[in-house]
Amino acid sequence: MAVISVATRYKTTVKEPGVPGVLKMNEERFVFVPNDPRSLMKLNVEFKNIKGHKFSKDGSKQALLNLTQDPEKGTGYIFEFDNFTDRNSCRDFVGRVLGKLQSVPGRPNEQSVPEKSAGAPLPEQLSAVEMERRIKLLREDSELLRLHKQFVLSGVLTESEFWATRKTLLGEDTTRMTKQRPGFKSAMLADVRPADGRTNKVTFSLTPEIIQQIFAEKPAVHRAFLNLVPSKMSEKDFWTKYCRAEYLNRTRNAVVAGAEAAEDEELAVFLKHDDILANEARRKIRRVDPTLDMEADEGDDYIHLPDHGILRDAQKDTAETETEVSRRTLSQDLNRHAAVVLEGRALDVELGDTRTVAEALAWSKQELLSKEKSEENVNLEKQEKVARMTDLEDLQAPRNPQYASLCIKDPREYFDSQQANALRALGGTEFGTNSLDLNLSKEEVYRHLKEQISEAKSRGLRNPIIRPDTALKVFSGLSQHLSSTRFQLGKNSQESALDRIPHRTKDDLMHHWTSIQELLRHFWSSYPITTAGLYNKVQRVKDAMGQIYQKLQEIKESSQSDFRHQVSLLVQPMLQALDAAFAHYDLEQQKRTAKSGAKPNGFVR
Amino acid sequence: MASAPSKLYQDDVSLVVALLDTNPFFWAAASLPFSEFLHHVIPFINSLLLLNQLNRVVLIATGTSSCGYIFDSGDGNASGNSNAVCSGIIKKLEDFVGKDSKIGKGSNGDGTRPAISSLLSGSLSLALCYIQRIFRSGTRHPQPRILCLQGSPDGPEQYVAVMNSIFSAQRLMIPIDSCIVGAQHSAFLQQASYITGGVYLKPQQLDGLFQFLAAAFATDLHSRNFLRLPKPAGVDFRASCFCHKKTIDMGYVCSVCLSIFCKYHKKCSTCGSEFNQVAPDSTIPDQKH
Repeated sequence: MAVISVATRYKTTVKEPGVPGVLKMNEERFVFVPNDPRSLMKLNVEFKNIKGHKFSKDGSKQALLNLTQDPEKGTGYIFEFDNFTDRNSCRDFVGRVLGKLQSVPGRPNEQSVPEKSAGAPLPEQLSAVEMERRIKLLREDSELLRLHKQFVLSGVLTESEFWATRKTLLGEDTTRMTKQRPGFKSAMLADVRPADGRTNKVTFSLTPEIIQQIFAEKPAVHRAFLNLVPSKMSEKDFWTKYCRAEYLNRTRNAVVAGAEAAEDEELAVFLKHDDILANEARRKIRRVDPTLDMEADEGDDYIHLPDHGILRDAQKDTAETETEVSRRTLSQDLNRHAAVVLEGRALDVELGDTRTVAEALAWSKQELLSKEKSEENVNLEKQEKVARMTDLEDLQAPRNPQYASLCIKDPREYFDSQQANALRALGGTEFGTNSLDLNLSKEEVYRHLKEQISEAKSRGLRNPIIRPDTALKVFSGLSQHLSSTRFQLGKNSQESALDRIPHRTKDDLMHHWTSIQELLRHFWSSYPITTAGLYNKVQRVKDAMGQIYQKLQEIKESSQSDFRHQVSLLVQPMLQALDAAFAHYDLEQQKRTAKSGAKPNGFVR
Repeated sequence: MASAPSKLYQDDVSLVVALLDTNPFFWAAASLPFSEFLHHVIPFINSLLLLNQLNRVVLIATGTSSCGYIFDSGDGNASGNSNAVCSGIIKKLEDFVGKDSKIGKGSNGDGTRPAISSLLSGSLSLALCYIQRIFRSGTRHPQPRILCLQGSPDGPEQYVAVMNSIFSAQRLMIPIDSCIVGAQHSAFLQQASYITGGVYLKPQQLDGLFQFLAAAFATDLHSRNFLRLPKPAGVDFRASCFCHKKTIDMGYVCSVCLSIFCKYHKKCSTCGSEFNQVAPDSTIPDQKH
């Protein structure tokens, strides 16, 4: 027998400091002995009484293990450990023990058919997470709780069966963890704030968010960062230079910018054209699908070529500069920013160290590049596509259709030939109540009709056409019929039959309906019965259904006379469903008893 | 703004095409004699003509092997005299029944079983054609509706034709009212009235037939918007199968032409498409193609 003994602290609530002591666990029970022999907090609990265990997350402030007795209320024995490894080993031990204990013993055979070997249900390995989820679901949905109480705690369904149909509910939690990642802000970088007039200082604020965005938008800066920091200059210097370059860009002083660029080569990096961007743009243009745009060429590369547009800060200076200082136009900035935002955030790295962020970004870009197809492949694809699109369908030979074309024959030849069949088949089936004497031949019948007509002619129209009392009867009958339908359907079209019956009856009926749904679901899913476990389940479910049937009958009979009709209308489909289930059960029973002994294993058709 | 008379014209002028069931096999055994029936129907027609000067009524007789026009109030020689109308109708009926018997005799012969159902599909088609002619006569025409006075049971072999007529009536927005003077309900006419928005009624007292007709079937289409007319409790939507003409409520449907069969067939007899699936297990009753 495995035994664990650990030094721990026992508490009844999480907030208490706890009583220090030693916890010894073996396969049957656990014993807690406090260090202080005078304390009364001794525990000796069998694992049979423990229903589950909960534990706090690794890495949280306290390493807790909670052995729960009642899954719904959550009370139990809480132990705090000094470190997580101890707690985890205890937790695994407890999990194993509980798993073994909670396995349901196989039910005894009730019928003569022997059990299949796989018939005994497997013990359920419930993790604490699973338990928590279930408890949470039960707490949130009172209807589910009621169903659970009604069926599982009374033994009609086992836990596993109950939750088997609700996997989607339980699975919801996991999907919630994969949330959408937030992307970049669509507001453009506005990291430069002009001087506030009084002091001659310009302040820049660079948060890790902004830094990540800068790296994504300006690959040249990214490359410079990777190359220069920390080998040539510190991060702070790098950013100072960058901000200076930005500032110079903002001021409309091209000459100063040029001069400074000439002096300081690192600064020049920031002031030049972003050649990485240029390369990317060129490459993309080469890959443009010719079926979309045959004329795409370098002239369309407006992303980095500075030939038109207003410059940032609404300047329209188009003077040529001798130096390579780039002047980005507003449209270029906007386009680049938009492209980056739409691409999304490539990383999930937490924004801590700038260096790690930069490296991660570089690495992800490299990955992307390696995944791209080579130039030849791209060209091949393009050519294929061009060939397909420039197909001239008129000039090609007709292709045989892969399907047989629809051909509807002349209906006359079908219907006329069937007439003989029809006349033969017309065995007077629908002619029940009208006592037609088929022995009358046609002549007699026609003669009779003609007699009638001549009688009508000779008599002429009657006066009065109809007797007044008959007319009155007809009128009152019609009006009653009309008003009764109106009464039944209700004056308000939105009102349903359910709203008009008293609340308690309505609640009862709704409750029975959900119970019936649950039971029927389990009932029908157990057919065809292949194992003894299913057979037992069907028995249990059927008994429960019988009880509900009784209750429904009682409701129907005990409802007030005003509502009796509606109640019976509402109850009718439920009773029908239950009747169908019972009929099926009886049928299967008959078949089983007729065939018992013929099939060695429990397989029933 | 339209002038008042033309506005009146549009609203409650109606054209009623009444289909009279003259199946002698039915009338020979009916509880209400045919002469009594005529005594209710002809005053009803007169009263329809009284409701509005521009109303028109057309009578079509439904025989066992043929259908024919009996009366048309829009004829040039129509006089206002009700007696003349009555005698005209009766005379025409006599002629029609004579013709019908002759036609019936010719095709079936004496040895075969007599037809029990009347030719509802034929008379519905005649009615629809007449109404179509009215539609094409100009923009100012009365609002048409069809009234079926049916007693004989449904003939399942007419299922397809009757359904086609019903759908045409639905397309043209012509309500089909049904008054059942026979012993059992008619599934075809229930469906017809349900689909086209007409009134279906089976009077309990046949000696008050005139009152039923006047109360439920005399209203024009405009007034029906604000009058409550009797509705049946449920509609019998059963179809009849194409192979045996039996009425069925569960069967097989061809996925190409939607024809209905009661048994599994390898090939659809209407459109010829083959069903390549393996034949279903005979214990599973409602597998549809």
